[in-house]
Amino acid sequence: MKTKLRHSILGGLRRVLILLLVVWTVVSLVTLLIELVPGDPAVAILGEQATPEQFAQFREKHGLDRPPFFFSFPRDTNGERHFVWHGADNRYTDYWAALLRGDMGRSFRNDRSVKDLIFERYPATIELAIFAMLIAILIAIPLGVIAGTNRGTLIDNAASVIALLGISLPSFVIGPMLVYVFAVKLRWLAPSGRFEWSDIILPAFTLGAALSAILTRMVRSSVIEELGEDYVRTARAKGLNERTVVYKHVLKNGLIPVVTILGLQLGVLLAGAIITEKIFGWPGLGLLLVEDGIGKRDYRVVQGCVLVISMTYIIANLLTDMVYRWLDPRIRVS
Amino acid sequence: MNRLTIIGLVIVAVLVIVAVFAHWIAPHDISTTNLAMRYLPPSSEHWFGTDSTGRDIFSRVVFGARISLQVGLVVVAVSALIGTLMGAISGYYGGWVDRFVSGYLFNVFLAFPGLLLAIAMVAFLGAGLNKLILALCIIGWVGYARLIRGQVLKVREYDFVQAARALGASDARILFIHILPNAIQPLIVQASLGMAGAVLSEAALSFLGLGVPPPAPSWGVMIEEARDLSTLQAAPHALIFPGIAIALTVLAFNFIGDGLREYLDPRQRTR
Repeated sequence: MKTKLRHSILGGLRRVLILLLVVWTVVSLVTLLIELVPGDPAVAILGEQATPEQFAQFREKHGLDRPPFFFSFPRDTNGERHFVWHGADNRYTDYWAALLRGDMGRSFRNDRSVKDLIFERYPATIELAIFAMLIAILIAIPLGVIAGTNRGTLIDNAASVIALLGISLPSFVIGPMLVYVFAVKLRWLAPSGRFEWSDIILPAFTLGAALSAILTRMVRSSVIEELGEDYVRTARAKGLNERTVVYKHVLKNGLIPVVTILGLQLGVLLAGAIITEKIFGWPGLGLLLVEDGIGKRDYRVVQGCVLVISMTYIIANLLTDMVYRWLDPRIRVS
Repeated sequence: MNRLTIIGLVIVAVLVIVAVFAHWIAPHDISTTNLAMRYLPPSSEHWFGTDSTGRDIFSRVVFGARISLQVGLVVVAVSALIGTLMGAISGYYGGWVDRFVSGYLFNVFLAFPGLLLAIAMVAFLGAGLNKLILALCIIGWVGYARLIRGQVLKVREYDFVQAARALGASDARILFIHILPNAIQPLIVQASLGMAGAVLSEAALSFLGLGVPPPAPSWGVMIEEARDLSTLQAAPHALIFPGIAIALTVLAFNFIGDGLREYLDPRQRTR
């Protein structure tokens, strides 16, 4: 018992350590990515015509006049590179220090706090991801169960074809097609924006389509696998009707792998939301990243969005892992 | 081999022929615009119709196959090569190399949504075909590395490896002559699925304006150009045909990957 406890504590510590390393790497990457920008960000933002004073003021305001990292290899007047040590007084530590205070810098374009910009948009993305997941579950569980319990029949094959379509049609094809059918032809729904409650239907369906396809296949194979287990025979022998057997016993066990996929997919949904939000002009983080950040070359906004989306992804994965361990005690031991 | 795999192989064969002989197959120039001929529906002259600037969609889809396959091949080849090397070294030597590669690098790359990393990189580097390929390789190698590491860990323990070691073979010889050829089989499955992934990612990034810049006939660019409301209203075919092209390509490589997996792992055949 004692060794088991020590084992689980060590395992927990190891996971925390890996998590910290991952977070450190992601933040460092995001911080240093700005150094990849070809040329000078100040020129990209202000344009070639700006005066030297404007450039200097811009660089100072956003800390761009400071050395990028602990050391650098600048060229001297003869064009040769030399190693220079800058110490802790650099942009990398600036960014970290600011982050620890909860500050993600100010937009290069409109001088607003990146944190405010992001958290204005964050709820819309979460709303979209949750609705997409709900739609996916509502489609996948009945479809997967029906396909799995009617294995090899016409219904099963039809469900497989639908699932295959969902997997191979990317969101940027499904989305515009839905816009064509429901907004252009039938005029039932608006093609873009977030004003009416009904505006979430098309984006959520677009974002959830691939997930519902993956889930349908998983639920189907889970159901097929579980139906062959002994406890199913016991339940049937007890005289339970097939409905109770399938929905109460089989589904409960069969959903364990599905939960993992759902959790892992929450992160994928958040990343995939970038495309969906662009298609439907859905004012979430993805649209902020693509239009305000990348489109206007506002690198601070890009940094902030990438950081927040990755952190959400990491946290979603962590929670999934925990739920998975709680659901299936066998994993806790091993 | 099952039916779906054969369908997949046929589609890929057609795609390759179309991509290689695009110049002979495409009936029209892909960049000549003619506003008098915009939004034409499919006809015998323009099989897939014309787009919002009067360009022939069939010809553009044909040349789009070239971009997709090119990106897919380069990305898969480079990521598979890097991934195999990293995975093999990590699995074979173990120790701190393995701790760094599998304990740290794998975790970091898995913790990051791949598409987001690609978007971020291209956002800072600037759009373009080469940068797109670079970004996709950087996110792509991990899958191959994990696979090969696992395989090498398994094959490393086989008797013939012990025998080679007893005969005094060098590490490099054991790894490249004895272990890798026996570990590499599942890589083919991964590569096939990787082609599907790369084609999708290329189209997605081009759709976002971060991949191949217009007027190049990337399928992603074509879809982006076809999705504004006036084009959707007048010419839905401008969206549908490149969409079908992407779906068929992705489907075909997935079919091949699944078929190969079943073929290589007979235990799965019964399912």
